[in-house]
Amino acid sequence: MKALEDLGKSTTEFFEYAGGLTELGGETLGFIGKLRIRLTETVLQCYLLGVQSLLIVLLTSLFTGMVFSLESAQQAVQYGVGNLVGGAVAYTSVRELGPMLSAVVVAGRVGAAIAAELGSMVITEQIEALQSLGLAPARFLVVPRLLALIVMLPLLAIFADVVSIVGGMWIAQTYAHINYESFLSSVRQTIGFDDVTRGLFKSVIFGIIIALVGSYQGLRTRGGAAGVGVATTGAVVVSIILIFISNFVLSYILYGGSTG
Amino acid sequence: MTETIAKVDNVTLRYGDKIVLEDCSLDVVKGAITCVIGLSGAGKSTILRLLNGLRKPERGHVYVKGVDICHMPERELINFRSAIGFAFQFAALLDSMTVVENVALPLREHTRMSEEEIERTAKATLDSVGLDGAYGLFPSELSGGMLKRAGFARAVVTNPDIVLYDEPTTGLDPIITNLLTDTIKHLRAKLNGTAVVISHDLHSIYMMADYLAMLYEGAIVEYGPLQDVQRSSNPIVQQFLQGSEVGPIPV
Repeated sequence: MKALEDLGKSTTEFFEYAGGLTELGGETLGFIGKLRIRLTETVLQCYLLGVQSLLIVLLTSLFTGMVFSLESAQQAVQYGVGNLVGGAVAYTSVRELGPMLSAVVVAGRVGAAIAAELGSMVITEQIEALQSLGLAPARFLVVPRLLALIVMLPLLAIFADVVSIVGGMWIAQTYAHINYESFLSSVRQTIGFDDVTRGLFKSVIFGIIIALVGSYQGLRTRGGAAGVGVATTGAVVVSIILIFISNFVLSYILYGGSTG
Repeated sequence: MTETIAKVDNVTLRYGDKIVLEDCSLDVVKGAITCVIGLSGAGKSTILRLLNGLRKPERGHVYVKGVDICHMPERELINFRSAIGFAFQFAALLDSMTVVENVALPLREHTRMSEEEIERTAKATLDSVGLDGAYGLFPSELSGGMLKRAGFARAVVTNPDIVLYDEPTTGLDPIITNLLTDTIKHLRAKLNGTAVVISHDLHSIYMMADYLAMLYEGAIVEYGPLQDVQRSSNPIVQQFLQGSEVGPIPV
């Protein structure tokens, strides 16, 4: 009986969360649709959320590209297919690693920051103050963050793609003696413009997830400083789970299970 | 002849299982300062939040300028709230903005004034609460009394019909308390408007209140002109006003 009660409670909470998140998303997109945008604040958020995440995205992408190349290049050479390493690294980077890795890193850094900032504003009554001034928190706070991530996450993914491929190329040359020309030729033969744009489309969706989940977690903060901690952790966990789920769904839709 | 500008009408509201207000009614007289007193956690601040639609009652109605705001859609309510000033207990200034930017915010969002006019109005409002030297400071750089005054300035900058003050003098020294009390009276007179003040501070209430209401166990148990309530024979009111440990209010 207790297990059933718990199941019922969890189900209700899940639907309440999903409903609240969807409502916030709808309200925010409604303001964007009506062009009710605070431009200066959006530019500031682009800097805070995007530019300040660049270094960590570059570092994680560089080393991931290097590891991928390290593990695949020597074996590929042994099997006589060293000329495919560049394509493999680029294919993985552009379709998956670039968008996914930058999204996960940004979810950890930025999703948490958004939830903490908005959560602190809830417990210091700043959100109520905005409402009492006749200002919708969705327009005032969520719209700039959402737009900033929609713009900046794809840009970060491009940097991640490039750095990951460059790192992979350097390792392939150093450890498996695959020269740069051969590596780059393989890259050019394997990936096309479509692969890049589809990867960037994924980044846009991931950006929406991070901004909305971070904002929603922050705005539903209850119970003082401890509540801010809960909101922050929740923002990271929920964002990352949703990024992985949506990545599978998007890959299925965009690539249709094909390999090419 | 007194005219009511806002009315809490038989409102019941609970937080979770706890009943905060039960069949609670309060009239806010136009052009007067109405103070609400009561024990800590009695639901006084909830009354303010009902009056600007930040909380919705479970039962009953809240009328402001004759309009029932309980069933007003959030979008309409957001516009409606710009006619009601709210000075929060801890000011709740946006900490990413300077004092003058905080005060200018409602003008920037709700009026078609030029930037120059907005800045002039915001600074004049800050001057009127004695914060002429604090334009460019951030909230974290202000003392408690300055924060409260900056909150007052933001609440009144759009010349609202009603200003709601939540514990305006709590936790401040007597000199600043007197200064803030005078500021509330001065602002009400200047705006020719209405104020509702939630407070525990009987000294400042006696200085400014035209009407006094006492909230106890979720309902208004006494309400009327200040002197009438002070002379009330209600033992709950008398125990509270005298700060006595003996009486019907359990300690």
